[in-house]
Amino acid sequence: MKIIIIGCGKVGLYLAEQLSEENHDIVMVDTSQERLNSISEDVDALRICGNGASIQVLLEADIKNADILIAVAESDELNLLSCLVAKQISACQTIARVRNPVYSKDINFIRKHLGISMIINPESAAAMEISRILRFPSAIKIDTFAKGRVELLHFRLQKRFGLAGLKVSQVAERCKAEFLICGVERHEQITIPDGNFVLEENDILSIMASPRNAAQFFREIGLKTNQVRSSIIIGGGKIAYYLAQILHSMKIDVRIIEERQERCDALNDLLPDDVTIIHGNGTDKQLLMEEGLKVTESVVSLTGVDEENIFISFYVKTNSDAKVVTKVNRIAYDDIIDSLDIGSVIYPKYITADYILQYVRATGNSIGSNVETLYHILDNRAEALEFIIRENSPVVGKPLSELYLKPELLVAGIYRHGKFIVPRGQDSIQLQDMVIIVTTQKGLRDIRDILR
Amino acid sequence: MNYSIIRYIIGLILNMEAAFMALPMVTAFLYKESQWWCFAGTMVICVAIGILLTRKKPTNKVFYVREGFVTVALSWVVLSCAGAVPFVISGAIPDPVDALFETVSGFTTTGASILPAVEDLPKSILFWRSFTHWVGGMGVLVFLLTLLPLVGGGKGHHMNLMAAESPGPSVSRLVPKVQSTAQILYSIYFAITLLEIVFLLIGGMPPFEAITHALGTAGTGGFGVKNDSLAGYSPYLQNVVTIFMILFGVNFSVYFLLLRKRFSQAFRSEEIRVYFAVILLSIAVITLDIRHMYDSVGTSVRHAAFQVGSIITTTGYATTDFNLWPQLSRTILVLLMFMGACAGSTGGGIKVSRIIMMVKTFRREMRLLIHPRSVQKVAMDGKAVDTAVIRNTSAFLITYIMIFVVSVLILSFEGHDLVTNFTAVAATFNNIGPGLELVGPTQNYALFSGVSKLVLIFDMLAGRLEIFPMLVLFSPKAWKKF
Repeated sequence: MKIIIIGCGKVGLYLAEQLSEENHDIVMVDTSQERLNSISEDVDALRICGNGASIQVLLEADIKNADILIAVAESDELNLLSCLVAKQISACQTIARVRNPVYSKDINFIRKHLGISMIINPESAAAMEISRILRFPSAIKIDTFAKGRVELLHFRLQKRFGLAGLKVSQVAERCKAEFLICGVERHEQITIPDGNFVLEENDILSIMASPRNAAQFFREIGLKTNQVRSSIIIGGGKIAYYLAQILHSMKIDVRIIEERQERCDALNDLLPDDVTIIHGNGTDKQLLMEEGLKVTESVVSLTGVDEENIFISFYVKTNSDAKVVTKVNRIAYDDIIDSLDIGSVIYPKYITADYILQYVRATGNSIGSNVETLYHILDNRAEALEFIIRENSPVVGKPLSELYLKPELLVAGIYRHGKFIVPRGQDSIQLQDMVIIVTTQKGLRDIRDILR
Repeated sequence: MNYSIIRYIIGLILNMEAAFMALPMVTAFLYKESQWWCFAGTMVICVAIGILLTRKKPTNKVFYVREGFVTVALSWVVLSCAGAVPFVISGAIPDPVDALFETVSGFTTTGASILPAVEDLPKSILFWRSFTHWVGGMGVLVFLLTLLPLVGGGKGHHMNLMAAESPGPSVSRLVPKVQSTAQILYSIYFAITLLEIVFLLIGGMPPFEAITHALGTAGTGGFGVKNDSLAGYSPYLQNVVTIFMILFGVNFSVYFLLLRKRFSQAFRSEEIRVYFAVILLSIAVITLDIRHMYDSVGTSVRHAAFQVGSIITTTGYATTDFNLWPQLSRTILVLLMFMGACAGSTGGGIKVSRIIMMVKTFRREMRLLIHPRSVQKVAMDGKAVDTAVIRNTSAFLITYIMIFVVSVLILSFEGHDLVTNFTAVAATFNNIGPGLELVGPTQNYALFSGVSKLVLIFDMLAGRLEIFPMLVLFSPKAWKKF
């Protein structure tokens, strides 16, 4: 596909890297020549210096033949205008990033009446992601399939679960819940395990299950499964605002600690009265203790300084059992941060980009392959694909144990007549099923590709 | 420095050269010549070394600017050495230095020869000489890029290869992907070459000569298959070659824009306008200057146009001995040697765009002297030129002059006259071929000693690769691991 990206900030650059890796034709537009020059040659893209809302610049970028335009420049208005102009001269799909909360209520109107295919608000998306984690505090990260009816949960294997040293097949026997272990990350290495794979302490497991079965599984191994009941949010920025709204609607007690007086006042006006706004410094240990650090069930550090967030999370981890979520915006050393014990880390730039990527992949997939949805999981090192079986093929009707599957590939779930089935050897794929495949081999285009 | 990827690419280049040599081998079979085994033997050697080098895939695929420069320079050296082998073992050019000179002259599209009589050579050898022009014109690594993705993952790194090999101050992509850009360039190149062959055949040129001359024109090389270059052909054929020489000196991105029907953008290019203006002006002046030497004005125009086209595009074919022309015409031709063709074409020289940029920089400095606080930007085609490009252009010119001076100095040890030495360096450094006096169109480079030939070989490579890759290749710092 031909994709034009307007604005090469953090998100634009990350998108360009991912999409050029996936072999799309990328054109990058930015007003600063300097910034265009600083893009590494890793990105195989045409660079055009200019204002992305100008017709001349868009024509130079060959908008007429483009499939998707992604506007992620600094200014909301520029992004919207670029999409509007592009819509007038081309048949491409348009995606705009709009982050001003003032517009957030107009998003549906804008999308409908201005013909923009997708509008993303990074802060609201990040808040959604955090709320999902707080709803299910035992998991590090949750991906959803089949419109939320199947979940892929990632969590770290702790000693007290009593699962370390067992084979994957033994784990399945011990638990009554229906689930499938479809990925294990150990020392940066991703494995798609078979029945004989032996688990170890500190592995990060990915399990596929329906939400009910996932809850049952966690109960059986003795892990808290209920959503948190209280939360301290440190830092009162835009994400905090959206998050507080969501958490409040989930009946969670929220306290926001914010340093600036005016911002406290503003939040006080914007948010419901049940949300407590505290004027103070989030790095003040005394204040944190006073506000119930020991007893709260979750702490979310959302200050504007990454280092501060990381240290607050460290402090909370050592002093409390609360679920910790840390926001990291700027620091590029992802692998180091992931190795720190600071709970779930969220990267707003990746969340925004991943939403857009999902959209782009879905568009790309609808041309020329029958993949329904494609998720990059486990740090992009594995893929989970949804297929809908519409026609007969060699994989249909035979028990899975008789299919000669590729290595490092797993039929992770079958969704049939509104019911999720954890596939075993005697199960078979039927017409009209929705099948989820997890694999480290990239580039599957068709369900037949799972065979050797 | 990432050695493994350089080793790997050099191996690929050798394999590719072996594939190229299949063409002259087929020619040898067609004309029932015994030289086919020279090419077959060289192919075996190339493939053997090539397979040895490419057997292990590089572990580290990261590719920066310096790897790009070193790889390109080294590839060209290796390519030339391997390409010289058939000349030596077939006995066509027994002396290794002479053979290397001839091959480098071929790949760099110079067309300077040490052979006094080419008509005596076997057809397969002549074909190989002309084919090196065609390959060298658009670039070997660019050719490799069209075939296979060299470096996995971040394919944008390929740009570093292309930038190091393509002529001109700054290389731009035509389409988002580097590989597609390379493919488009080669398709255009191939198509225009075919077109020329057709036009030459229509004019009654024998097929072998039509093909070799088209290959020589396309690469703006200049190796012919006749002792008197193109003087013996009909006016129609000479005019066809004139037009195609000038076409191959045009920036190829213009053709791309024309194909995409973006005419206004194509004709906006200042470089193209200046290029054609200089050609027309030179033809006019030279025609006036030489009209008394030929019987009709038509003949004068034809000869003037051919020689101007041949020299400004740095091809080096001749239809007449321009060494005998009046001083004014000779001087114009020497000046055109330095100017060269457009950036992004197959021609050599300093390039029209660099000259324009330097004139504009000079104008800006003048204005700054008069209005010291005025804000001035150098603009090309209505867009401000990046200061890095201007700095690079200035550095290029300074280095160009220094290498030129040193080369002339070394050549002068042999005691030939100044015009010979000066134009010999100018004609090789700018990849033209014939110079004036002792290296004029009817003469050749056999008179120089081995040392002088090595200097000229360096000049040819440096001229084709635009100096810096060759200098980086010989810089110890570039080779350090850290």
